[in-house]
This record gives sequence, C-alpha cells and structure tokens, in this order.
Amino acid sequence: MLSVKVHNLQLKNPVMTASGTFGYGEEFADFIDLNRLGGFVVKGTTGSHREGNPYPRMVETPSGMLNSVGLQNGGVEKFCSEVYHRIKHLDTNIIVNVSGSSIEEYCSVAEQIDALEKVPAIELNISCPNVKCGGMGFGTSPDMAAQVVAAVRKVYHKTLIVKLSPNVTSIAEIAKAVEGAGADSVSLINTLLGMAIDIERRRPCMANVTGGLSGPAVKPVAVRMVWQVAHAVKIPVVGLGGICTAEDAIEFLMAGATAIEVGTANFIDPAVTVKIIDGMEAWCKKHGVNDINEIIGII
Amino acid sequence: MKEIHDFRIIERTEPTANYVRLVLHHGGTMQPIAPGQFVEVRVDGVPEVMLRRPISIHDVDSDAGTLSLLIQVVGHGTRQMSTLKVGDKMNIVYPLGHGFSTDIAAGSQVLLVGGGAGIAPLLYLAKVLQAKGVHPTILLGGRTAALIPTRELFEPCGEVCLATDDGSLGHKGLVVEHPVFAQQWDMIYTCGPTPMMKAVARSAAERGIRCEVSLENMMACGVGACLCCVTDTDDGHRCVCKEGPVFDISTMHKWYENK
Repeated sequence: MLSVKVHNLQLKNPVMTASGTFGYGEEFADFIDLNRLGGFVVKGTTGSHREGNPYPRMVETPSGMLNSVGLQNGGVEKFCSEVYHRIKHLDTNIIVNVSGSSIEEYCSVAEQIDALEKVPAIELNISCPNVKCGGMGFGTSPDMAAQVVAAVRKVYHKTLIVKLSPNVTSIAEIAKAVEGAGADSVSLINTLLGMAIDIERRRPCMANVTGGLSGPAVKPVAVRMVWQVAHAVKIPVVGLGGICTAEDAIEFLMAGATAIEVGTANFIDPAVTVKIIDGMEAWCKKHGVNDINEIIGII
Repeated sequence: MKEIHDFRIIERTEPTANYVRLVLHHGGTMQPIAPGQFVEVRVDGVPEVMLRRPISIHDVDSDAGTLSLLIQVVGHGTRQMSTLKVGDKMNIVYPLGHGFSTDIAAGSQVLLVGGGAGIAPLLYLAKVLQAKGVHPTILLGGRTAALIPTRELFEPCGEVCLATDDGSLGHKGLVVEHPVFAQQWDMIYTCGPTPMMKAVARSAAERGIRCEVSLENMMACGVGACLCCVTDTDDGHRCVCKEGPVFDISTMHKWYENK
C-alpha cells in the first residue's frame, strides 16, 4: 500500500530521514526498528574529516530551529571502513549525503560510495548553507549545479538524488538544470538561511552568525517548492521541510513528492518516523486509498 | 537502553526560590541509570518551545522506580515544567549521555564540587559513591544561601561544605577558595557554571588530581545525531549529549585553559 519507487530505489514506504538529523541511524536504534523505514540519509560526508563550525551551533526559533553545524563528519574513508560495516546489515535503504568544497571532492566521495554494495543511492548536497566553500555555492546557480551533477554522474552509477537549496529565486530552474545534467531525483528543501540575535548580550546567537532554519516554520515554503519543482521536472521529487506528522507527509505527496524525509521532528520525538508510517497507512485505509501512488502529485 | 516514557509526577517541592524538585514515577521497570546521565523533557502546550529540554538526573530510586529532577527556572521550557503538579505526566527520553566514572576504590578521598543548578547530578553520584564505600566530601556553592537548593539532601551522603559569594552561608567566597578544596584528593567531580568548572579543572590538573567535569551545552537531539552541542576537547569537537556530559579533564586541556 505504501511502497514507492524513486528512480531505481524501491522504498517499502515513502518515509526516510533527513541528513544531519538522524546520525548514522544507530543513534535511534533504541527507539525504533530501523528496518521499518523506507530509507535513511546519513550525515553529510566529505572527502576528509571536518571539525565543523564552533559552538554555539544552534538556537531555537518560533516553530523551528537554526543550526550551523558546518558538515562535521569523519570523512568518507572512515565512513567506508567503519560506519558502513556497522549499518550495512540493515534491511532498509541507506543513502549517503555527499558533500564537498570542489567538484573533485564531490566526485571522489561519490566514487568511493559507489563501491559500497549496500548503499543504493547518494544524495548530492549542493545546498549546505553553513560552509564557506562549496555547499550552497554549487546549488544557487543553474550552471554550477549542472556542472557538479554532470561530473558526479560520470563516476556514480546508482540512484543520484540532488538536494536543492531553497535560497534561490527559482528552485524550478535549478531542478531543471540538474535533471538535464543527469540527476535521477531531486530532494528539497535544505534549510533556509536565517539568523538570530541575543539582544541582551548584543551578539549573534550562533558563532557562525547565520544558520539554516528547519522545523515546522519552513513547511509551507517547502510544500510550495515541492509543488513548483514537481511540475517543472519529470524525475521523482523527495520532499522535506518541517514534516512532523503523517498528515504533513501526505501533504507533501499531494504536492508532488514521491517520498519524504523527516528531519527536525526526530529531535522532538525520536520515534516519530514510525508513527508517520503507521499514520500514513491508517490515513490510506480511512480514505479508501489502496496505493499511496494514487495521491502523489494530485495538486 | 534508552527509552521514551511518560512518567507521572508523584512529589513536587520548591527547595528554594526559582527551583522546583520533581519526583517522577515510571510505573513499570525503569532503565538502569548512571550518575551524571540526563533526560530530555518534552514541553507541552508552550508555543515558544519546540525542542525537548535537557535536565540532569538529580536522584534515582531503582527499587521504587522513581527518578527526580531539580529544575532551575530559566526560560519558557523550565517555567512550564515548574507549573506541573502532582499527578501530571511528563514525557521524557532517558537515560542519556555518558555519566560520571564510579570505578573508585572504597575509602578513596573524593570531593564533589557543585555550583548553583549544577549541584543536581551530584546527589545521585554521592549516593552511588557511598554505596561503594566511598565517603565523599561535598562542596556546594552559590551566590547566596538561597541559591544552594536541596543541600540538606546531601547530608546523609557525606560531609557537606558550603561557600557563598556573600558569606550568607558557609565560607565567604568561591568554592575554589574554600579551605577544603585545597586538600589533596584522589578524585574531584564537578558540575556548575563554566568558569567555576574551569577553575576546578585547572587546579586539579596542576595538582595531578583526577577530575571529571559535567558540561551543559545547548542541545537539540540529545542522542549524538545532530552535532549541535559540541564542546572543544583535545581530540576535537565532541558531543556533550553523547560523549559527555561528563568528560575527564585529561582530554580537556583546550577547554579549561581557554578562560
């Protein structure tokens, strides 16, 4: 009833988790059966180890939060040699979020992940707002986005999902550019660039000054962008941005998303993903929907 | 194993102004908890609050299936917690983080140094140490007497020494200026304001005393997934929620030397 397909990626249900909010899955194993997920997207992985930005890295804002972690991770070699072997037995889709500061770095990471048998897809992160070089720089110009995607396409042979930035004038144009460059799917939205000030201390709340806004506050923006992109491209769309409930997830599907990712909500309820899956199934039964694909993109 | 559970409040006291102490009953079998671990509390019905709030575990009674929290009211989240009544439910994720080391030989000379709300996790630590045949000395500090909550609960666990900035109780001055602090110890545990913990850590390091500090950084996930709460350590950024909140100062030179 809930199974969907994102290019060659067969998902038992449309629910995945958003990179940077779910660690390597292991952190949530006490709370949920990871095998119930359609898939999960692991922490942004770069060519070498990164320490990320200085603390403080987050601040809560109305119905959301800003973060400026800055892609802290152990690097692709550590992922392949250590983390991968701890999680590869899982019966769900493990998707690696691939990040970098140069086209060469993106390609090198993608190539190394391509060799991992139990990773059927990557999510190419051309939209991180919290790193000085690369990240969002690649995702805010259609030409740059197409260049990096085309280069990665040459070395990566499985499902290539490209994660888009909402910090652009026309996200549909970027989506079309990456589709033309060989992307199999797009996921959106990454966080919205934001800022908060501690007025008592007269200082920015975060050491990096600006950060990415996530949580329910961004949901209507994300739904609008998913709808725009779904009408602009032929490849499947993965929707994310503030999803907390099954109803939120269904809203994204109706807007045109084939699958969804749950992010910030994992912090509020570490078992939320399974509740969303159960809730979607209950919704389908209640509304006489025999196949979730019937409601995808009906708007 | 970590779990998400609705606890019920069975006791509520206000030990001193701006603090509330809640005793929570599990109702089933509670997970094992180590001293220094913490919970993440869901705050219901407050529009300003979306994320859970990390709160130290103040005390544990495994047989009774209860844990207690000592909450200082500082913002929207803790204010809501302070309005909860006996019988109300509290949804918490627990036990989180890496707690204090308790592999201490019986009869060791151990000092616990707490400041303000930072005294919270030291109560359960004192009880666990006492059960291991260690009789800790407990040094508690605050700006005034009124800001050292639940000090009487520590009395059965060891010798309690006090320090206040205004001299309203115990030694007048900082905890690190208290004569007992200058004694030689086998181990010092500390939790409290960052400048206090750094002063304790620097002194312990100079004197070659093993020391653990319990940090309190702003957190989101509480389980090591989001990497928001990191502290500087000699090994790079480490999550306070997962690799901490308790760190041995042997890996924290970079942290305590940065005043």
